[in-house]
Amino acid sequence: MSQISLPDHAGPIETIWHWLYIAICCLVFLFLIAPIMVIVPLSFNAEPYFTFTKEMMSLDPAAFSMRWYEDFMNKDIWRASIGNSFFIAFFATILSTALGTLAALGLSRSEMPYKGLFMGLLISPMIVPVIITAAGVFFFYATVNEYFPLTGTYQGVILAHAVLGTPFVVITVTATLSGFDHSLTRAGAMLGADPTTVFFKIIMPLILPGVISGALFAFVTSFDEVVVVLFVASVEQQTIPRQMWAGIRESISPTILAVATILICISIMLLATVELLRRRSERLRGMSPG
Amino acid sequence: MSEQLTTVDGRPLKAALARAERTKRIRALLLVMPLFIFIFFSFLYPIALMLYRSVENPLIAEQMPNTVAVLENWDGNEVPGEEAFAALAKDLVAARESREIGKIATRLNFETPGLRSVITGTGRKAERWEPPYKQQFIDARKEWGELETWATLKRLSPTITSVNYLAAVDRKYDVHGNIVMIGSDYQIYVDLFMRTMWMSVVVTVSCLILGFPISYMLASLPLRHSNLLMILVLLPFWTSLLVRTTSWIVLLQTQGVLNDLMVWVGIINDAQRIQLIFNAQGTVIAMTQILLPFMVLPLYSVMKTIPPSYLRAAESLGAHRFLAFWRIYVPNTLPGIGAGCLLVFILAIGYYITPALVGGQDGQMISNMIAFHMQKSLNWGLAAALGGILLGGVIILYWLYNKLVGIDRLKMG
Repeated sequence: MSQISLPDHAGPIETIWHWLYIAICCLVFLFLIAPIMVIVPLSFNAEPYFTFTKEMMSLDPAAFSMRWYEDFMNKDIWRASIGNSFFIAFFATILSTALGTLAALGLSRSEMPYKGLFMGLLISPMIVPVIITAAGVFFFYATVNEYFPLTGTYQGVILAHAVLGTPFVVITVTATLSGFDHSLTRAGAMLGADPTTVFFKIIMPLILPGVISGALFAFVTSFDEVVVVLFVASVEQQTIPRQMWAGIRESISPTILAVATILICISIMLLATVELLRRRSERLRGMSPG
Repeated sequence: MSEQLTTVDGRPLKAALARAERTKRIRALLLVMPLFIFIFFSFLYPIALMLYRSVENPLIAEQMPNTVAVLENWDGNEVPGEEAFAALAKDLVAARESREIGKIATRLNFETPGLRSVITGTGRKAERWEPPYKQQFIDARKEWGELETWATLKRLSPTITSVNYLAAVDRKYDVHGNIVMIGSDYQIYVDLFMRTMWMSVVVTVSCLILGFPISYMLASLPLRHSNLLMILVLLPFWTSLLVRTTSWIVLLQTQGVLNDLMVWVGIINDAQRIQLIFNAQGTVIAMTQILLPFMVLPLYSVMKTIPPSYLRAAESLGAHRFLAFWRIYVPNTLPGIGAGCLLVFILAIGYYITPALVGGQDGQMISNMIAFHMQKSLNWGLAAALGGILLGGVIILYWLYNKLVGIDRLKMG
């Protein structure tokens, strides 16, 4: 019996209030989701407008077309930016997942000294405004460039993106480890497994859902990042968000709506994956079914 | 006398235990170290470097050594004598040869607008001048006969300076070294900080007002239904920021979907289309939608832990449904309200992308000014000082969040 269902003894005021409440909630959900969804049909517009034409409203097939998707696929600059985005996000994700998982393993040990301080510092890239991070990285790269080129290089962007992604890995993996039964590792050790075997055969399979969710968060963080790219990347490292940024500021064309629709599809897939992983992880750890 | 406890190989048990615990501590530290070193070198050190930029000021001391030396003993009461002008002429000629004069002109111009042309103009002429210099300088540009110009030079002489921080709060040193407000035409930063705070407060309150009812609904529905609705909260969370900002432009611009809809329904006619975006209001609307999930998630997780029996108990004791909700339920959600509000406020105050794209003139925030000084005006010292103040504010809020909520409670999805 849920709390928000109306009790039988409800008076007229409570009934009105109840339906008003439901209506408010629907409006808020609409506010959350409508702006995202409105883009999808508009991206099939046959005309270069950002609004529904009369023909579209009457569902005339001629009013819809794939021309903006074709435009997206045929422009070299967009194709290059897809490649760059995936390349940068892939390596940034590997770096932040490896480092973040190790750190989370250390942070969730009860013997870890200065746990709060380390946790606070390692999470801070998520809290510090990205413009400050970008400015700091910009100055830092400028000073080390003569020894190791970072400004306007892939390694520079990857390093900065890895920094922004690690807090998510640390958070998700620490959360997974909070329900971890440490007697399992001791049992493994007692049965003769060395620490490496214990890690790969016992710990890893159990925390894997958390690690993958963390990695997906890190991936999305890099994939969606534009400020650092604006500050330290050159034209060569043009990414999808950078290209969208330029598109919105300078010459807004409906191609952006096609790109946005593709990105929405990607985020739906990622969200579904993370939700499945979360439920699997909760089941594995014997927590309440999701 | 009781015998000391020992391990099998005869060491005192206490020492052996301490040793084992130390090994464990070191192991835990070793696991954290790689990330810590990584974060230190690619995040903490760069930010420290930026903060150093906000106080360092080597340019004038390096490029105008003679003038700086003479001005060291200047009392600031009257325009300095021939000695200072001779040093100035020497420095300007040298700076023109080394092509650093442009930088000097730019730096002085940041401090006192108008000095750029004074420096470059007299620098060009000074090569041909013979001593005595004083009158020739003042004849060429009357600014050299003004205390303000010399005070600016003296202020910028030290290699470590607070002028950037003063500039970031619309203040400067006057001729006598007192801190005063700058001219009212140039006062922008205090207003900008205020506006950033105000917009963040509005966004936070809007998120709370919109987030509370739906969090309550999500927490009270059975999991099967609430999981479906939760997707509506999480999908925006996973969708690209640029996509969401683009959609708000599409929805709200004057030729956009919402205006079209209103014209079609007949609320307004075609000539009355409302400017909903590219201003502060558009920025607040877009930021509220973008940050709403950060309010809903902590609220939801707190509400989930409040037993429904509390409300039933209050009602069975005679409280009206609304009273029970207000007096029993709402106070129990305070930890969630605190966590959500702090998180949204922290994220809002440093927002850059959305204000930059949909802010127009009056929707710009402090981050946008930092970006402007980093990329356009190239006044890196001032950008760093503005960043330093913003960072200070965020650190205080982060510390508060850690005290009240605990960073280990930070959850994603």
